[in-house]
Parts: sequence; structure tokens; C-alpha cells
Amino acid sequence: MTFYERMMNLDRRWVYLVIGVVVVVTAIWSFAVPLYVTPEARSVYDFVESLVPGEVLMIGVDYAPEVMAELHPMSYAITRQCFAKDVKLLLCCLHQNGPGMVEQVVAQVAEEYDKVNGIDYVYLGYKPYPSITILAMGQNFRIPFPEDYYGTPLDSLPMMRNMTNFDNVKAIINISGGSGTEYWINYANGRYNAKLAIGVTGVMTADYYPFLQSGQIFGLIGGMKGAAEYEYLAERGGYISREKGQLWASKSMPIQTTTHIVIILFIVIGNVGYFMSKRKK
Amino acid sequence: MRRTLPIAVVAGVGFFMLIQYFIPREEFETLYEWALDWTMVIGCFAMALGLYSLTNMMVTKVRRKAEGWGYSLVALVGLFVMVFVGIVPHYQDSLKYGTLFMDIFEYIYIPIQAAMFSLLAFYIASAAYRAFRVRTVLATILLVSAIIIMLRLIPLGPLSAVNQWLVNFILTVPNMAAKRAFWLGVGLGATATALKIMLGIERGYMGRD
Amino acid sequence: MGTAELIWNGVAALLVLCIYSFLYKDNPFYKFAEHLVVGVSAGYFAMILFYNAFLPKLINPLRAGQYWYIIPGILGLLMWARFSRKWQWLSRPTLGFVIGSGAGLAIPLYLQNYVIRQLHATMLPVGFTSWPLITNVMIIIMVFCALTYFYFSKQHKGAFGVAATFGIWTLMVGFGAGFGMTVMGRVALLAERVVFLRDYFAELWGALF
Repeated sequence: MTFYERMMNLDRRWVYLVIGVVVVVTAIWSFAVPLYVTPEARSVYDFVESLVPGEVLMIGVDYAPEVMAELHPMSYAITRQCFAKDVKLLLCCLHQNGPGMVEQVVAQVAEEYDKVNGIDYVYLGYKPYPSITILAMGQNFRIPFPEDYYGTPLDSLPMMRNMTNFDNVKAIINISGGSGTEYWINYANGRYNAKLAIGVTGVMTADYYPFLQSGQIFGLIGGMKGAAEYEYLAERGGYISREKGQLWASKSMPIQTTTHIVIILFIVIGNVGYFMSKRKK
Repeated sequence: MRRTLPIAVVAGVGFFMLIQYFIPREEFETLYEWALDWTMVIGCFAMALGLYSLTNMMVTKVRRKAEGWGYSLVALVGLFVMVFVGIVPHYQDSLKYGTLFMDIFEYIYIPIQAAMFSLLAFYIASAAYRAFRVRTVLATILLVSAIIIMLRLIPLGPLSAVNQWLVNFILTVPNMAAKRAFWLGVGLGATATALKIMLGIERGYMGRD
Repeated sequence: MGTAELIWNGVAALLVLCIYSFLYKDNPFYKFAEHLVVGVSAGYFAMILFYNAFLPKLINPLRAGQYWYIIPGILGLLMWARFSRKWQWLSRPTLGFVIGSGAGLAIPLYLQNYVIRQLHATMLPVGFTSWPLITNVMIIIMVFCALTYFYFSKQHKGAFGVAATFGIWTLMVGFGAGFGMTVMGRVALLAERVVFLRDYFAELWGALF
């Protein structure tokens, strides 16, 4: 077997080992990564920044722990920005394993800002059939959610007194790791003309540019880089602090840089080996 | 009757939901809200189906002492512990942050689930090395586009501005055009499928007699 | 980090390492963690379904005297007939209700959002006097060519073939962009877990020494 053939038949565990070593070394000896803020992430930040105290922003959090690396930082940054500006939050979760993720964010951040459930924020909870739930919320929040996540009737919550449906929220930001985004675009924006922005995983980001161009969404936070961009803007705005360890996505960006370099090298080496072994034949 | 009634229900409910979109009358809105409400209640039972199926499969494996039954026992223990701590100490307050129920979610479920999906990073690196070959013009175009996108995360000094411009161009012009064609196909396909279901042409949901 | 948090995070770190042991080869530690998460997630979902779905949508309304909820409740229970070969047909009307609602709702909205609004957004002002106008021309041509590629009822020859070829090139650029973003997505999952392990072991070292 020639060198190139041996290279092509390399046990995949050596590739795993290289990735593992690169990731661990970068985690230990980290460095700052310059960031370019995309217009689509900036438009979400600027919109939230334009909200005045007392206005209500709805956040639809539709993800589970498997994609929290990319989406949890977005949820934290947006929630901190809203609470710092005394913007009220209405949250819901349409992913069956996601309610705990929302509770984690809202409970921790509400404590930081002394925000009170029912007055400064309401967490509606989870319901099955996301498409039906969104359509029902467009009519009246009380149809799918007669009670909130904690079992309190919605009518007894002060914040919900003048809130009927999407017409009473300034916008919806959907942070989703799956098909939830399609439902929000199709039903919330499509039927009820709700102003909508999305935060999605890296895998999904490229798919939603047509909706950005058509105006069906006004902003797009794409993957971990998008989350890092939002954190950068929020840090500059004074809403999150590096010293308090609140920059989640930014902590992982150096690892992204080095791992991407390694993967590009793997692609180049793999192709060099392929062409050299073909030439030998 | 066993096949005719469901087809009639699908057609009736389907056509009502279709036409109510165009008729802004209060009676239609009321029926529409009713239908949404009922669908959500039914959805609760549908979700519970999946849970029952999973539990039944694990119990059967343990009872028959099939291969790997010990692991199914671990899964069953996990399930019953979660149900127990979700009901017994605090009832619905168990869902609040800081309870044992949420601690198990935060320190057992989240780490394992996140770690399992993080294995994909290794697999994509392995796939990039072993399978990504520029054999054809199309593969070359795909690779060049992918590498330009990947380079945006790497500081390139003076070339970074050029790369960012290229990334923005790729995402907002050819990628956007390609994905638009994809969504147009999805929209037309979904409409055709929905119409076939409502007209009773597509009956796969009924299962066999 | 307090002692309880240190212990819980230690359990989390151990389970993460159990999952990563799979990279060497399948082993009992990985299988244990995998089955544990299956059970815990099923138990977690059971509680969420009960407290967030069944209680507010069915049980509490019935307790409050809204007895008409019995009807969707019975329809939902009929779904469970799917488990019996003899009575499986009883679940069909309920399934028909749900599927009919979904199909009827889908038609106008999919057509509006994925077809009409997307086509409308493709009707852009064209020209060659500025870069935005030039990109508009590119978008229109690329969307048209990408759609041409998917038309298989005519042979891809001549001018049609040229358009289809340009279309597949556009699609490849889109797929390349998707691949580049996917790599970032997958690496993100790994990066977060490694940062968690780093931070935990740093805390543990600080607590012990």
C-alpha cells in the first residue's frame, strides 16, 4: 500500500483524536477572535433596542438541549437586554423537551434583574401541535394557554390583562432548532402579520435568507456566530458582562476558528491524497 | 363505513378550515377556534401514545430478559424517578427552577443530550476527510462555496473584509435564489399533498384493515 | 460554585465523558448514559405533557364545569385504539379530524407564504447602473434557472439545458453555503461541551487545592 493509499484508509479515530486535541488545546489556550456583525443580526438587536419600557416582546423558544450551544446564548442575551430595558416578555415553548430550557433562562435572568412573574414576564409553557398552537395564539392566547407554565390562570396575571393575541405584542422572536421556525413564518406572520425575527442553528441559517429578502422576517440570528454577534452588541450596550461569564457563544468562538482550520486542512489533504493515489494507478 | 367516515371527516373539516380563511364572519371564527381547541386536546392524547409505546417496548424487553435488558431497566428507572420527583414533593411546582426535577433535567438530561449531538462534530470532520472529493465540476463549486463560508470564522487579516463581502454575497444572492426555488417546491408540494388528503386520494394515515 | 452544584456538575461531566467514550468504541458506559437519557427524557416529557397540556386543557376545564370538553377527550381516547388490531378503525375519525384540520389550514397559508410572497419578492427592479440592481438581475436569473433544473418533463437540452445547468450550479452554491454553516453548527455543539468540561475541572481544581 502506498503512502497515499494508507492516508486514504486512515482509521477515523485518528481524525477524532486530532479534532479532540485541537479543541482541548484551544479551550485551554484561548484567544480573542475578531467578529464581523452581520446586518441581519444587528437588525434584531436594533429592534429590541428601540423598544420602550412597558412594551411587550414575545419570544418563542422552540429548542431542546441538543442545540443549546447555539441557541441558549441568544435566549440569554435577548432576555437580559429586555429586562435591563424594562421591556416585558411573553415566552412560550413549542418543543416537547424545551420547556425546561426556557425556565432555566427566565428564572436565572429574572432573579438578576428582580423581575416578577406575572408582572414583568409571563411564561406560557408548552402545548403539542405547534402549528395549531400558533394559530390559536393568533386568535387569543387563552385558547391554547388558559394557564401559564406554573398553573396560574392567565386572566389572574396582571401583565395579561390587556393582552389578547399577537396584535398586543410588538414583535415575536422565534429561537428554534427545528421546524418550529417554518410554523411561525407560515402561521404567525403569514396569517396574522405578526412582526417576526428568527434565531436558528447554523444548519438552518442558509435556508431562511429568502424570507429575510421577502420581508417575512425582519432579522436573522444565525448559529453560534450569530449568537456571538448578538452578545458583542449586547456587551457594547452594557446588557451583558464578560467578567460575569455572560458571553456564552463568544467563549467558544476560538474553538470554532481552530477547528475550522483543521477541517479545511482535512478536506485539502483528503483531496490531495485522492488525486495522488488516482495518479499512481 | 370504517373507511368512508374518516374520509368524510377529513374532507369536511379540511374544507371548512380552508374556506374559513376567506370568510371573516364571527360564526366561522367561533367554529375555527373550537376546532383549534379540540385539536389541541386530541394532541395531548396523541403525544401520550408515543410515551406509552416507548414504555411498553422497554418493559417487554425487561420482562423477556432480551439482549441488553439491563439497559432498558436503566431507562425505566430514569423514567419512573422523573415521574416520581415530578409529582411527589411539589406537584406542579416541580417544574420550577431549583427543584430536584429540574436539577435532574439540568445536570443529567441536558449534558447527555448535548454531548450526544456534539459527537456530530467528529463525524463531520471524518466525513470531510474521507468523503469530500472534488470529482466533478459541481462538487468543486460546492466545495469552493463551503470553504468561503467556513473561512469567515478564521481571521485572515486584510483578506477578512474581502471574505466577509463574498460570504454576504453568496448568502444573499445565489444561496437565497437556490433556497427560494426549494421553498417554492415545498409550498407547491405541500399544497398538492394537502389537497390529495382532503379529496381522499391520499389515505396512508388510515393504516390497514 | 457551592458543594451541591460541584457534585451535580461532576455527575454531568462524568456523563459527558461516558458519551465521548463512544468515539473509541461502543462500550457499557456509553450504553448506560444513552439509555439513562432515553428514560429521563421520557419521564420529563410525561410530566410536561401532564402539567402543561392535560391539566389546563382537559382536567381543569372539566372540573370547572365545562363538560363539553368530554367530546374532544373521548375523541382523543379513541386515538389509543390504534394499539388494537381489532379496534384500530375507531381511531380513524379522530385522526381524520386532526389531519383534515392540518390539510385545510395548510393550503392557503403554504400557497401564500411559500409561493406567492416568494414570487412577489423575486419581482425586483432591474438595471445595470448600480450594484443592488445588478444583484436583482442575478437573483431573478438564478431563481428562474434553479426552477428550470427541477422541471424534468422536458429534456435538458439546448437553451433549456443551459438554463438547467446554470440552475444546478446555483443550487450547488446554496448547498455549499449550507455545508459551511453546518460545519459551524456541529463544531459549536462540541465547543460548548468542551468549554463546560474546562470550566468544571478548573472549578474542581480550585475547590480541592
